[in-house]
Parts: sequence; structure tokens; C-alpha cells
Amino acid sequence: MAYDKFNVLTSTAYPLPIENVDTDQIIPARFLKATERVGFGDNFFRDWRYNQDGSPKADFPLNKEIYAGSKILVGGKNFGSGSSREHAAWSVYDFGLRCVISSFFADIFRNNCLNVGVLPVQVTGVFADKLFDAIMADPKTEIKVDLPNQTVTLVATGESEPFEINTYKKDNMLNGFDDIDYLKNIEDEIAAFAATRPF
Amino acid sequence: MANTLFDKVWDAHVVRKVKDGPDVLFIDRHFIHEVTSPVAFLGLESRGNSVVYPEKTFATADHNTPTINQHLPVEDPLSANQLNALEENAKKYGISHWGLGDKNNGIVHVVGPENGITLPGATIVCGDSHTSTHGAFGAIAFGIGTSEVEMVLSTQCIMQPKPKSLRINVNGKLGVGVTPKDVALYIISKLSTSGATGYFVEYAGDVFKEMSMEGRMTVCNLSIEMGARGGMIAPDEKTFHYIKGRALAPKGEAWDKAMNYWQTLYTEDNAEFDAEVTFDASDIEPMITYGTNPGMGIGVTKSIPNSDDADSGAKSYKKSLAYMNFDEGDAMLGKEIDFVFLGSCTNGRIEDFRAFCSIVEGRKKANNVTAWLVPGSHKVVDQIKEEGLDKIIENAGFVLREPGCSACLAMNDDKIPSGKLSVSTSNRNFEGRQGPGSRTLLASPLVAAASAVQGKVTDPRTLLTA
Repeated sequence: MAYDKFNVLTSTAYPLPIENVDTDQIIPARFLKATERVGFGDNFFRDWRYNQDGSPKADFPLNKEIYAGSKILVGGKNFGSGSSREHAAWSVYDFGLRCVISSFFADIFRNNCLNVGVLPVQVTGVFADKLFDAIMADPKTEIKVDLPNQTVTLVATGESEPFEINTYKKDNMLNGFDDIDYLKNIEDEIAAFAATRPF
Repeated sequence: MANTLFDKVWDAHVVRKVKDGPDVLFIDRHFIHEVTSPVAFLGLESRGNSVVYPEKTFATADHNTPTINQHLPVEDPLSANQLNALEENAKKYGISHWGLGDKNNGIVHVVGPENGITLPGATIVCGDSHTSTHGAFGAIAFGIGTSEVEMVLSTQCIMQPKPKSLRINVNGKLGVGVTPKDVALYIISKLSTSGATGYFVEYAGDVFKEMSMEGRMTVCNLSIEMGARGGMIAPDEKTFHYIKGRALAPKGEAWDKAMNYWQTLYTEDNAEFDAEVTFDASDIEPMITYGTNPGMGIGVTKSIPNSDDADSGAKSYKKSLAYMNFDEGDAMLGKEIDFVFLGSCTNGRIEDFRAFCSIVEGRKKANNVTAWLVPGSHKVVDQIKEEGLDKIIENAGFVLREPGCSACLAMNDDKIPSGKLSVSTSNRNFEGRQGPGSRTLLASPLVAAASAVQGKVTDPRTLLTA
């Protein structure tokens, strides 16, 4: 599925300073019954956003009007752990987010994000705390995520930190390409390799 | 340069290395199920691609399947729709499909090994994080997302940076009542749920050498719960003996050729790992979790640690205990429970049912406990009946259900009600994992059995006859 290209993103951010947020929270298993990719934004963090009677939980950051429309989520350490469900990354994207910032990502979730057009930006714990503090002090705090230069910056103060991404994935994100485009271009090479496999 | 087991298998599958990017990794075996494949097939079609090697893909229905009345149409229309999509897609592309009612049907990570699909030295993927189970055979096996499922269907490759290597040694001898599940929960409690992120694990040492293939599967299955991509154990005589003669395993000349290769699959003496940790088997007792991630585990006789000692932040730790309705310093023994779940790709095999029966034989299920006993496959059901375990289960007041993932992730009707406490042999105790508001204590089949007959969290060693 095609996704938005990513270049430079300047946006306010939702703060979610909770550690070990697992993908069962991001999208509970009961919402994985679709055979198409629809409705995942609505059920993003379903059980943390809504009470069991369907009313929204007013104090949950994603429900606060003050952050509405933010394209960035700043999450706690070990974000996206647990189940490999890509539906979690879809729900991030479909909710309208294009970037998740955390001091530590779970492995499969990070990969899934990169495959669906969400940029996972890993920063130091110190910088993550700085972002949380700034957002808590002023919800209108803007964060600039610059993919070409691989930096994340607090716009108001200019405080900045570099982040890592390999050249291949970076080019994909900048151009909206994905791995299947790459692999289909080397089909003959794969077929030759396949012929050598013992089982 | 001496190689690790992981290096040998990984390097043999690299089609090409992308400059400052991932490796293009060839996949020998691809398992698919009804939940993470439909959107991949849609993607395939929208790009005008087809399944390039259908003979390397194996479909089984498990996540959504009911565990009672499997002979009747599936009631939930959404589940029925997913099961139907899997069947249709398999038919369309010539993929083998073990649907509901098929004698080979069961949980993907149970049926793969028991049918001889899982082989040493293979690369195995599936849109399910517990694919790491198959590493028990010396395969590189791990979970992937739906985009990657589409990649494998259409190209038989995925693009992955090579993970770092971590060796986990457990030496010495395990005590009575201490199972492979306890070994895994102990390791996760020491490393935390993020401690092995970025690594691929090799399990080594006396304990894993001694362990049965099913025990090794339980341990490798839980690799993901410490953040690792996967985990593996070098194949040995036990491995070869397990595979030989299984339906889809190599036969005759192909077997001999495979054996020659498999015997080269071990870590060389002076090979280097990026990280290494060593534990002593005698430090491990039957384990139980008390929080909302699998790293929050303790010996069953211990008390819940204080937040000052927690390796996650105090705020997250307190939130977790608040959800569980537990307090710092609580003893776990004696906590009254409502449910027991025996099953899942972690503990749904015949040895798990034997262990459960070793405790419940001659005893009765406690009245306050609802128990769901869910075998991992129809083959496991047949074994249970052959060995007469079904009678033991019945006499103790338990009921055997039909195979599937069941209450592990509660996508079917097997949901633990809100607020209720379950001792589960599955793999995740996240908030709401077993149903909205449900509370889960992860444990071994022995702890589950002991707790089921006592109606409260129980140390199985108090019920085991020497």
C-alpha cells in the first residue's frame, strides 16, 4: 500500500510517558478480524482511550483537544513490544501520526513502522525526557523531525539530537518506496538463489 | 573467523547485501494464518503479483477458531470471514491449507514441527511473533509483519538487517517441579522484556542439552518476550530423532544429504557473541508473573517486589500493579483465582498435558475455578486419548476442548471476563490480553494444575509425589 513520503515534519506532539507499551494496547486483538485495512485509526489505543461503555477517557492524552491534529507521538521506553501485528503500525498511521519518538523501540514494531510510512525516531532517554517536559509545560510545543538531516529538534529552544536510520530505509521513506519494489527488481537473482536451496 | 550457529544459517540465506541497508534473506518455509495474511493477499493482488513458491507456504487456521463445536459453522461472522479468506486464498494460489476440521489442523507453531515442516538450518517466518518456537530445531525462525508476509508471498525473501548475537547459558541441573517454562520466565525476569532487543539468541548449556524437543520449543517460543527476534538451539540426536519419519520431513537420499548438512550446525569453540549471559539452574524455582508484562515474574514462593527495585519506572510499575489489583510486598501463594488456561503455542503440547495430569490425577478441580484445557493440535488430542490422559482429565472434573490459539489472545469466544484472575500457560499477561479487563498470571502447566485443584496460586512441589 502506498504511503505518504516523509521529508521534514514540524508538528505538536501527543505525550505518552508510559514504559513498555505493548501492541495489544496499541490495537487490541479483538480488532484484528478485518480482512481489509480499514478502521484501525478508530481503535488505536482503544481500551486506554475509551471506557467499557464507549465513553472517552478525558484524561488520556490522545483524547485531549489541546493536542488534536498532532502528527507526532512521543512514547515511553520499549514502545511497541509484544505481538508482531502490523495492525499496530497501521493504527498509528491511520490515526494520522507520521512519526513516533521514543528512547527505545521494540524490534518488530520498528520494522513494521518503516514498512508502512511511520518514521520511528529513537532518541536518548535524556532527550526524550526533555521532550516530555517541554510538552507538559506547553502543549503547543512544536517538534521538528528532519529526515534528510536525521535530526529531531525542539523548535522553541533549538535543542536538537541526531537519530539513526540506514541509507536504504531513509531513501525508501523519502520516496514512498517499499521493500517489495526493491525485491521485484531482483527477481532473477532470487530465482537463481532459490534453485540452490536443499529443502 | 569462527562462526556461531546463527551466522552459519543466516549467511547461507543471504541473496545479497544492500549497501548501508538490510540483507536480502531467502525464506525456506513460510507459515500463514487467517489474521495476518488477508491484507497481504490484497496487496499482492493490487500490485498484480502472484505467489512465487506456493510449495514453500503452509496455511493453518488457528487464531480465531472456536474450541467447541468445530463441526458447526463458525458463529462470529468476522471470524468466519477471515477463515474463509484464508481458504480461498490458499485455493487460488495452490497453497496447502489445514482449515478447521482438517486432521492436521492446529496452532501453527505446533503443527509445523509435528508434521516435519520445521527443519534445522532453515529460515522460517510467519506473521506471528511466536514463530521463534521453531528455533528449537536449529532453524532461524521469527515473526514478521503483514507487509513482510506480502514480501515473502511475492518474492520468497524479506529484507532484514542481521541481528546481533546473544548466547544465554543455563548450566547445572533443574530442581523438581521446575519446567522449561520456568527457565524461560526466569530468564525474562532477569533480562526484562527489552533486554534482548536487537539480538538473536542461542540457548546453550547443560539444561538445554538435557531438555526434550518440546521443552526447547517452549523456551525458544518465549524468546520474543525478552525482546529478541528469535532464539535457537543447536540440533543434536534428539532433534534428528524427532524429525525422522514425520510426514513432510526429507526421506531416503534427501534425508542422508540433510543429515550431513545438519551435523555442521553448531557454534564453533572460539566463535564470538556480541553479548553473553550465564545462569545457574539451581537458582530457578517454579515461576509466576504478577504484573502486565512477561518480565514481571518471580519464584512462586516469593513476594511482589517494591517499586524501588523495579527496572521499569516507578510510575509504570505502579500502573501495572494497580491494573492487577495487587500491592507491593504481596505473597503470590494463596491468591484466589477464577480461571486456569492450559494451552497455546507455548504450552499446548503432549508433554504439557502429561505434566498437568501428573498433578490433577486423583484430585478434583476446585469449585471456584473455570478451566479451559486446549490442546495445540488434533495430533495432540489423539495422543491425549491414546495415553488415557482424557480419562484423568475427566475424572478430575476438567473438560478437554478442541485445538486453537483460544484464550491466549482471546480472539475467539474464549475470553476471561473483566476483573477475573487466570493462571495461564500462555505467553503474555498484557492488560486485556485474555479479554478486556482480564488479569493474567503466566505459569507452567504444573503451577496451573496445582492452582486449578487448590483454587488458589499453589506451589506444585507441595503436590508432587516423589
